[in-house]
Amino acid sequence: MKTGTTMKRNKALKTVLALSLMATVMTSCSSDDDTPEIVNEEEIITTMTVTLTSAEGTATLQSQDLDGDGPNAPVITADNLTANTTYSGSIELLNETETPAEDITEEVAEESDEHQFFFGLTGSIAEVTYSDEDGDGNPIGLEFELTTGDAGSGTVTITLRHEPTKPNDGTLADAGGETDIAQTFTVVVE
Amino acid sequence: MKNYLYVFAIFCSSFICAQDCHSILLGEIVDFHDNSTLSGATINITGKNLSTVSKENGKFTFKNLCDGVIELEISHPECTTKFVTITINGDTFSEIRLEHHLEELKEVKVIGDVPKATNSAQENVLSVKDIERNSGNSLGDALKKIAGVSTLNTGGNIVKPVIQGLNGSRILILNNNVRMQDMEWGEEHAPNVDVNANQNISVIKGAAAIEYGGDAIGGVIVLEPLPVVRTDSLFGKTQLNFSSNGRGGNVTSSLTKSYKSGLYIKAQGSYKKLGDLEAPDYILSNTGINESGLSLNIGKRDFEKGWDGYYSYFNSEIGILRSSHIGNVDDLINAINSDVPSIINDFTYDITQPNQEVTHHLGKLSYYRRFEGFGKWTTQYDFQQNRRFEYDIRVGDDADKASLDLKLTTHSVLTNIKFDAKEGFDFKVGALGRYQTNFANPDTGVRRLIPDYDKYDFGLFAIGSYEIDNDWTIDAGARYDFSRIDAKKFYRVSRWEERGYDVDFADIIIEDLGTQLLVNPVFDYHNFSGTAGLHYNLNDKDHLRFNYAYSQRAPNPSELFSDGLHHSAARIELGDLRIKSETSSKLSASLERNTITWGYTVAPFLNSIKDFILVEPTGVEFTIRGAFPVWSYRQTDAVLLGVDASLYNNWSSHIRTDHKFAWVRGTDTETDTPLINIPAANFTNSITYTNPKWNNFLVSLESQYVFEQTRHPDNIEVFSPEQQENVILDINTPPDAYHLLSLNTEASFTIKNKKDLNVGLSASNLLNTNYRDYLNRQRYFVDDMGRNISLRLIFNY
Repeated sequence: MKTGTTMKRNKALKTVLALSLMATVMTSCSSDDDTPEIVNEEEIITTMTVTLTSAEGTATLQSQDLDGDGPNAPVITADNLTANTTYSGSIELLNETETPAEDITEEVAEESDEHQFFFGLTGSIAEVTYSDEDGDGNPIGLEFELTTGDAGSGTVTITLRHEPTKPNDGTLADAGGETDIAQTFTVVVE
Repeated sequence: MKNYLYVFAIFCSSFICAQDCHSILLGEIVDFHDNSTLSGATINITGKNLSTVSKENGKFTFKNLCDGVIELEISHPECTTKFVTITINGDTFSEIRLEHHLEELKEVKVIGDVPKATNSAQENVLSVKDIERNSGNSLGDALKKIAGVSTLNTGGNIVKPVIQGLNGSRILILNNNVRMQDMEWGEEHAPNVDVNANQNISVIKGAAAIEYGGDAIGGVIVLEPLPVVRTDSLFGKTQLNFSSNGRGGNVTSSLTKSYKSGLYIKAQGSYKKLGDLEAPDYILSNTGINESGLSLNIGKRDFEKGWDGYYSYFNSEIGILRSSHIGNVDDLINAINSDVPSIINDFTYDITQPNQEVTHHLGKLSYYRRFEGFGKWTTQYDFQQNRRFEYDIRVGDDADKASLDLKLTTHSVLTNIKFDAKEGFDFKVGALGRYQTNFANPDTGVRRLIPDYDKYDFGLFAIGSYEIDNDWTIDAGARYDFSRIDAKKFYRVSRWEERGYDVDFADIIIEDLGTQLLVNPVFDYHNFSGTAGLHYNLNDKDHLRFNYAYSQRAPNPSELFSDGLHHSAARIELGDLRIKSETSSKLSASLERNTITWGYTVAPFLNSIKDFILVEPTGVEFTIRGAFPVWSYRQTDAVLLGVDASLYNNWSSHIRTDHKFAWVRGTDTETDTPLINIPAANFTNSITYTNPKWNNFLVSLESQYVFEQTRHPDNIEVFSPEQQENVILDINTPPDAYHLLSLNTEASFTIKNKKDLNVGLSASNLLNTNYRDYLNRQRYFVDDMGRNISLRLIFNY
C-alpha cells in the first residue's frame, strides 16, 4: 500500500516536472526579435483633385494630406473661377502614400451604390447638379456640373459618404453613413 | 507485511520528530459575524486520519498531538470550508472564526467580510449567490454590488471595473493566483474572465496587497475557486439564464470530483449568446455577444505538500454599437446633438463590424511544500496568451480584415516562502520573474496602435503581520519591481517632429524609411511600494482598520506609444514617450460593526497621486476625412478623496434592508480642475423579504440613484468644417442623474436532493427608464439598456 502511494506521488511529481520542462522549452522557443514589418496604410485617401472644365479653360481644386491621420493638416488649393459659367466637374481620389499612387476613384466607382458625394455651397457658387448615377439610378457625384453666380467669393464643401442611405434628399443629415472625405474650398469668382 | 511496515514507519516518524506527543488542542468555532458559537462543524487534521465534530458550545478537542504546525480543515453545512494552520505548543487553545451564512437569512450577506489578503485594508467578498445572480453578466457588473466599485462601460457588454475612481492598469486582476495580462490598458478592453469560472471573488481596495503586485493603485480583484473538501465525492452545478433584453442567455456547468487523499479534479464550461440589446425606445444595433469559457483544474492538497494545475480558455466576440462608429468631428457633434442614434436596424443575433474578438488562454502549475518548524514554500509557473482582433467598417478587399490584431504572450515564475511557525506572527518573502512579448500583426494594413515590444519584470517582496494581542494586529510590507520595456515602433516623421521627439529621442532611431521612422525605445523603471496598517477590535462587534499604502506604477504601452486614429472610437490618441511612473500615497480607514441585527461600514480614503497619468480630449487635428478630436495622455498631480459607506438592518427575521453610498472627488491639483471620468456619487437602497419555510422564498426590491457628476473638465472648442466656424464640442458634459429600480425573487425546490433546484426571476431597470451614464463611452450616441427580465435555474447535484 505504501509503495502504491509513493509511486502515485512520484508519478504526480514527474508530471509536474515534465510540464514545467515543457513550459521552459516553450519560453525559450518564442523568438521574434526581428525587425517588425512596416505598414503603409492601404485604403487611405490622401488627395482629392476636382477638375472643373468650361469653354474658358480648366480650374482645379485640390486637397492633399500626405501624412493621413498625422499632425499635418491637408494642403488646400483652389483656382479662381469665372462668374456666371457652367463647369463640367470630375473628381479624382488618390492614395499618394504608395508609389505609384493608387487610384481610389475606381474603387468608389465600382462600389457606386455604397458611395455618394455631397456638395455644400455658399456665396457665389450657384448650383451643382449630378451628371452620373449608380446602378439604381441614384447620383454618385464623381461627375457633376457646377454653375457659378455673380463675381464674389464662395465656398464648396465636398463630402464623400460611405454607405449612405440611397436615395436621400440630398442633405448629409438624411444620407447618414460614414464620412470618407469632408473638405471645404474657398473660391474667388471673378 | 507491507501494512505492518507502514504502521511501523508512522510510529517511528512520530516518535522521532516530536519528543512530546501529549499536547491537547482545544478549539472553539465562532461565527465571524456575531461571535455566536457554531456546533456541528467537522474538523479534520489534514494529512492525518483524525477528525471530530464541534459540540453545542462550539468546542472541539484533539488529544495526543505532537508539537509543531498542523493544518485544520473546518467544514460546516452552512459555511464556506476553511483551512487554518495552528501551531501546537503544549496544550493549545484556538478560536476559529467561520463565515456562517445563517439559515434563516440564507445568503443575504452582512458587509465587512472575512479579511484574507491583508488585515488592515478594505476587503469585500462577493457571495456565491451574488455570483449566481450575475452569471449572465460580466465580472464588472457583479462587482458593482460592492460599495465603491463602479464600472467604465463601452455599451452593455464591455465592462471594466472601477475601484474608488480608478480603472484599467491600476487594477490588478488575479485569476487563480495568476495576474491577468489581457491588454487591460484600453478603455474598451474588458477583463477576459468568465464570471462563472470562480466562485470566490473578492476586492481589495487600494495597493495594500503588495504580494500580488506593487502597482495596483486602484485595487486588486481576486478570483479563486472554492476550496475542495477532502472527501470522496462527486458534485456538480448547472445554471441556465434567459434574458429578455438581448433575447438570449447563457448556460454554465461545473463538475467536481474529490478524493479523501486530497486529490481533486474540476471542470467547468460556459456559453453565452445575446443578440442586439435594447434601450427603452430603440434597438441598440450591433450590440450582441457570443462568449464561451472552459476551465480545468486538477490538483492535490495535502498538509505537507500539494500541487495544482489550472487551465482556462475564454473567448468573446462582442459587437460595438453601429451608430458609435462615426466619421469625424462633425459626425460626433451631430451625434451628441441628436437624441436618437443615426442607425437603428431590426433586431438580429448577427454581429458585424465594428466588433472585437478576444481569446485568452491561461495555464498554471503550482507546487507547495511545508517544512516542519519553518514554514511553507510555494512556487508557480504560469503562461498566458491574449489575442485581440478589432474589426472596423472597411471597404473593398479589406472589408473582413481586422484593423487591429495583437498577440500578447506572458510567462511568469513566482516563488514565495511563508514563515508561520510562530503563532501570531506571519512573515512572507517572495520573488517574481516575468517575460512578456507583444506582436502586432502588420497584415491588418493599418498602422499599429500598439507596437511590438518585449517586457521584462522582476519583483521582490516581503510582508508580515503580527498579532500583538487579541485586539491589535499590525501588518506591513515592502516591494521592489524592476520593469524594462523594449519596443520597436514606426512613427510618421511628421508626428515624430510634432511631438518634439526629434530633439529628445534622436538617438533611438534605427531606420529612416522616408515618411516613417523605425525607433527602438528601451525604458527601465524601478518602482518601490510599501504598506503599513493596523486592525483594532474595539470589542466583539466593532473593528477599526487603518492602512497606508505607497505604490508606483510604470506606464503601460498605451500611455507610452499610442499614436494614431483609433477608428472604432473616432479619435486620435497620442501617448508620450516621456511618461514616467506614477506614485500614489493612499490613506484609508474603516470603522465596522457587525451584529446579528445590524451593522455598518464607513470607509473614507485619501489618495494622492504624483505624476498621475490620464487621457483627455485636448483639441482636434485635420485630415482629409475632416477634423478628429485628439485625446492626449499627460501627467499631473492628482488627489482622489472619497468615502464608501454601507449599512444593513434586520428588522425582523424576515425583513432586512441594505443601504450603500459611495462618493469620490478627483482633482487635478496642478490646474485645480476636476479629473475626467470620475464616477458620480451613487446611493443604493434595498429591502428584502425572506421566508425559509416557503421554499427559501426571497423577494427584494432595489433602488439605485446615481447623481449627476457635476465635476468634470471643461468642454473644448473645435472648428467645425461643416459649419465653417468654431463650435463647443460637448464632449465632457455628463448626463443627468438617474434612478433605477430592480426586482429579484427566488425560491428553492427539491427534485432529488434537498433544495437542489433554485429558481430566480429578476428584472433590472424595472420601469424601463431612459438614462445615460457618465462612465459609458457610448453615452454620446444612445440611451443605456432598458428593462431586462431574466429567469435563472440553478441545479445542484
